[in-house]
Amino acid sequence: MLRVEGLDVQYGRIRAVRDVSLEVSQGEIVGLLGPNGAGKTSTLGAVSGRLPVAGGRVLLEGEQLDGRPAEEIVRRGVSLVPEGRHVFATLTVAENLAIGATVRKDRAQVAEDIERQLERFSVLRRYYRSNAGKLSGGEQQQLVIARALLSRPRLLLLDEPSLGLSPLLVDLVFETIEQLRAEGLTILLVEQNASRTVEVADRCYVLRGGELVAHAPRGDLSPEELGDIYLGAGER
Amino acid sequence: MTTVLQFVVDALTAGSFYALFALGIALIFGIMQLVNFAHGELIMVGAYTIFLTQAWPWQATLLMAVVAVAVMALLMERAAFRPIRGANPATLLITSFAVSFLLQNVAQMIFTTLPKSADVVPLFRSSVTVGGLTVGWLSVVTILATAVLLVALALFMTRTRAGVQMRAAAEDFEMARLCGVRSNRVIASAFAIGGLLAGVGAILLVGQTGGISLGIGLTPVLFGFTAAAIGGLGSLPGAVVGGYVLGVATALLQQLLPYELAGYRDAFLFAGVFALMALRPGGLFRVAALSPRV
Ligand SMILES: Nc1ncnc2c1ncn2[C@@H]1O[C@H](COP(=O)(O)OP(=O)(O)O)[C@@H](O)[C@H]1O
Ligand SMILES: [Mg+2]
Repeated sequence: MLRVEGLDVQYGRIRAVRDVSLEVSQGEIVGLLGPNGAGKTSTLGAVSGRLPVAGGRVLLEGEQLDGRPAEEIVRRGVSLVPEGRHVFATLTVAENLAIGATVRKDRAQVAEDIERQLERFSVLRRYYRSNAGKLSGGEQQQLVIARALLSRPRLLLLDEPSLGLSPLLVDLVFETIEQLRAEGLTILLVEQNASRTVEVADRCYVLRGGELVAHAPRGDLSPEELGDIYLGAGER
Repeated sequence: MTTVLQFVVDALTAGSFYALFALGIALIFGIMQLVNFAHGELIMVGAYTIFLTQAWPWQATLLMAVVAVAVMALLMERAAFRPIRGANPATLLITSFAVSFLLQNVAQMIFTTLPKSADVVPLFRSSVTVGGLTVGWLSVVTILATAVLLVALALFMTRTRAGVQMRAAAEDFEMARLCGVRSNRVIASAFAIGGLLAGVGAILLVGQTGGISLGIGLTPVLFGFTAAAIGGLGSLPGAVVGGYVLGVATALLQQLLPYELAGYRDAFLFAGVFALMALRPGGLFRVAALSPRV
């Protein structure tokens, strides 16, 4: 479904991602691991159109994504849940969800989908008419996942969805990811929580210093082994 | 009693003017971090449109003025600001100066520097006396028209998809785009609404003085910008409150200043504004984190 070939991402003259190639197939959950500053967020930025692609290609089912603006890429079925949540704090929960459905024309279906997300994340129903800025971190994380799903993506990009959450909410996030897989969604998951990610993902890539250093199909690497790569890189 | 009522009418009239101009400026700033000094030239375009079409039935003249300003605002966005979208605030500001200067010069070539006059709606010059209080119809129209526009804008911003998208984009432009909000459309809409507000402002200004000159938009923009800054530049409710605060302050100074100092009213006003901005640099309202516009 998603094919990234030789991707380079730059901030001015700083190169954040160098020659990264990866693939995500239909229905898969693929993990993207690595220490802070490895280039994970930058990679998702390039795929989602948030950041320009300095080199290489990004293809979604053969169709070129790189060079297109973010607002077009989400129309082609790629939805990003960004690092740091980014709810629209001055908008209500209802309005945040409505913004998530901007790309859709099937209004009746949207109403049904909103209802489905409110079933999934019941806390959002409770605060439906409140400003999203009033929600706690965990509630905001649920809101941004629901918002991203309302575009009916083919591919969901999740950037550290469990970061800064209490253990209970981390469980909820990973349960949600399992649920979404069962519903047939394809997911590229960036996480600091390596062991949980290895559990849930079909395959994992490991980034370090902007380069791909490992690719592990599930079962190939134990969580401990992967944790070693990950921590080892972190100590550098 | 009548003095108090007179004061309220004066404060509301001035406040409505300021709120109209402040809203247009805050709207554009909120969505693309641009302090658009050429907003004054939009008012100028409206005023000269009235001059050119004053022989028409007055309804047609007023409609034409608003349409012309909205079209000019859209042209401005397309030709000058779209190419530099996402540039740093200084570049945006300087571009708006350039646009302002260009439009001033074009207008001067067409209309010369001689002031013109237009008397579009004779009613604007008459007044009504109710229980000893004499109120100009222009005040009544200004207060009511502004109130209607404010309510309409509030409904647009909260009840329509385009309005909610505009608020989302004003808060976090990049995230709004990632959700599929089309940047060209949302920015053009903001300019069109800003133009509509400037057009109505132009009508009321010309109605007030009957005079039309190249600099007609200068003072309104200064006041509008000040009101927007008082409200916390970029916040729409803030701009409205800022406008009315400025209106009350103007009316108060008008009443309280001794005769010899009355001519320095605006100097006192701006001294007060400086003091306020020194105490609360962010204005009365805090604005959500500013994000880069692309
Ligand atoms: N806005 C930015 N400007 C300059 N450098 C950046 C910016 N964002 C990230 N970087 C750099 O790019 C590299 C990769 O960052 P990032 O993609 O955020 O990594 P990760 O998500 O894996 O922690 C880091 O070295 C970081 O310092
Ligand atoms: Mg990151």
